[in-house]
Amino acid sequence: MSELLVQEKEVVIPGQILAKGMDFLPAHGTFREEDNIISSMVGLVNLNGRLIKIIPLTGPYIPRRDDVVIGKVVDIGPWGWRVDIRWAYQAMLSLKDATQEFIERGTDLTQFYNIGDILMVRIVNVSGSKVIDLGMKGPGLRKLTEGRMIQITPSKVPRLIGKQGSMITMIKEKTETRILVGQNGNVWISGLDPIKEKVAVDAIDIIDKESQSEGLTDSIEKYLNDKLGIKKEKKVEEKKEEVKEEKESKKKEK
Amino acid sequence: MKSHVHTLAEKGFRLDNRKFDEYRPVKVEYSPLENAEGSARVTMGKTVVLAGVKMEVGTPFPDTPDDGVLMVNSELLPLANPDFESGPPSIEAIELSRVVDRGIRESGTIDTKKLCIKKGEKVWMVLLDIYPMNDDGNLFDAAALAGIAALQDAKLPEYKDEKVDYTKKTSKGIPLSKVPVECTVVKIDNHLFIDPSREEEKAADARLTIATIGKQLCAMQKGGDQALTDKEIEEMVDLAVKKTEELRKLLKK
Amino acid sequence: MVKRIDGRKFDELRKMEAKVGVIPNAAGSAMFKIGKTTAIAAVYGPRDFQAYLQNPEVGVLRCNYNMISFSSGGERVRPGPSRRSREISLVTEKALLPAVDLSAFPNAVVDVYVELINTDAGTRCAGISAAAMALADAGIPMRDLVSAVSAGKFKGDFIADLNYEEDSAEEGVDFPIAMMPRTGAITLMQMDGIVEKDDIKEFMKIGKKACEKVYEVQKKALREKYGK
Repeated sequence: MSELLVQEKEVVIPGQILAKGMDFLPAHGTFREEDNIISSMVGLVNLNGRLIKIIPLTGPYIPRRDDVVIGKVVDIGPWGWRVDIRWAYQAMLSLKDATQEFIERGTDLTQFYNIGDILMVRIVNVSGSKVIDLGMKGPGLRKLTEGRMIQITPSKVPRLIGKQGSMITMIKEKTETRILVGQNGNVWISGLDPIKEKVAVDAIDIIDKESQSEGLTDSIEKYLNDKLGIKKEKKVEEKKEEVKEEKESKKKEK
Repeated sequence: MKSHVHTLAEKGFRLDNRKFDEYRPVKVEYSPLENAEGSARVTMGKTVVLAGVKMEVGTPFPDTPDDGVLMVNSELLPLANPDFESGPPSIEAIELSRVVDRGIRESGTIDTKKLCIKKGEKVWMVLLDIYPMNDDGNLFDAAALAGIAALQDAKLPEYKDEKVDYTKKTSKGIPLSKVPVECTVVKIDNHLFIDPSREEEKAADARLTIATIGKQLCAMQKGGDQALTDKEIEEMVDLAVKKTEELRKLLKK
Repeated sequence: MVKRIDGRKFDELRKMEAKVGVIPNAAGSAMFKIGKTTAIAAVYGPRDFQAYLQNPEVGVLRCNYNMISFSSGGERVRPGPSRRSREISLVTEKALLPAVDLSAFPNAVVDVYVELINTDAGTRCAGISAAAMALADAGIPMRDLVSAVSAGKFKGDFIADLNYEEDSAEEGVDFPIAMMPRTGAITLMQMDGIVEKDDIKEFMKIGKKACEKVYEVQKKALREKYGK
């Protein structure tokens, strides 16, 4: 007889027995040993029919084909650019995949991308752990300038984006910043107002730390309102006063 | 590419919205560890440094036969920063320990004569070790602060029949008269910051570490790849005198 | 009832404390304290390392055990690796290896740094217990946690978790073990002292029971960081 030992969304740790018996099937983050299905990581239980899966709450980024990631150029050679995408080994952006235009032999490659540049790139091929090919052809793929990169736990990227992008859209709109999220957990943030930009950074940090808590979207919304609200109202009032003053001065002129 | 640190600095901001002359939250904990004769943990934002004192009895240097000995050492443990490597002390670790050492030594705070047991033969050796546990920048200031706090915290073990009994701590401390504190000011473009985070350190053109005892200075160290002007140095010194006064309030006495 | 030097029962462990996530820079980290012995472990990686050490089949686990210089109750510990610390690094690695699954990280290394900041006895076991939590915190796939503690014999009695006096007594026997708690499989076993063949069962019994107590503390610390 089979028996389920955990509940949906329960936090489990490595080695914990999730279910006994053959009626259940091990999915991501779990494995079977004899009759038992066991968790191999810290995460949340996700039940889907007979499938038991773990949504990891921590862990390294594992590159997959077609992932759009944010990386940093660390080396340039005649073959192209090496990019740190938060994987154990640097990924390769070769000349043919780097730009829309044809790059002639002997061109100074730094005019395209230089060491230290941050790129939004797509993983075009994963062949073996050490060989990851990147490409820059596609919408939104480009060099990122004017802003900062922060890092979150890669497995929390879906939480940061939210359902249909709800979470990230809310942060972007309220803080008036541009935010780009790489599947590797690298996040690019740039705002015109450094104070609001920092509020966005802090909000993302909270999501990273408390991704498992219930009602996160609401608490983030409250956080953003608290941090930005007072300032906003002030600005509005200031503007109103300015407008008043302007009107009054115009009246006087008249 | 110029980092975001530069862009923000131009607008008068830092990555974490601090003022240019503002420390991250600083905390000094005394006696976090039981076995060391004295210990302290300093937290500066996300930077954490542990300092500890062991006391041994040894032979004095021939040219100072009735003076106790201070030795400062630090190791950049690979546990504290992904860029630190295992192996013998790096040049960065050596510089860190020497800068902390000079701040303490040159202040003259330790009355080394009182650490003499028998002239020319036996003196107390004060062995101060400093370990960053998490490096998020400004190890100099955190290490110096932890170092002096550990010295303040230390109690001599019992010394009897030519033997140190580490199981018995006496009520006698290390004789200290002053409280040397260090403040590091970095230059980024034409801006001066204190308490640089790791990212700010990477963007910095130059740094100046200044140890003070009240209004007086007792040691300095310039680092970084770029030069400093007289005016900048003056400003840095003023800033350091002001800020070390604040840090000193976190310490005993 | 006869008690031990420090008043503990024979199978009683010293007071334990654990915390996960103590080194923000690390991929995973943990503190484990038992009595006065305090270990901090940090995990970095999977990351790149020297080509001649790489394994194209599976990631490599590399452990480094170290006592910081003011950790001991006696004289200052000289910095840098000693024969003792290198051996303990090795047995720590072997104690953790059966529990971790590095097949997703071929050619890469996972570094585990264990620093003892205050020591009494049982430092290697405290280090292993801290390291297992740090690996879980780093999200390295694991088949199980690893819990470690010393069993021993002192003045004819089988005891758990030796303190310094019991450990250093001439007639004392130190029997450190590490166990994967789900299966009870042993991943570290060392012994110093003279015992009878039949004693082994007793050591194992008291040691395994003690490991289970360590496991409870580890579980709680992991849930405190990640759970509700």
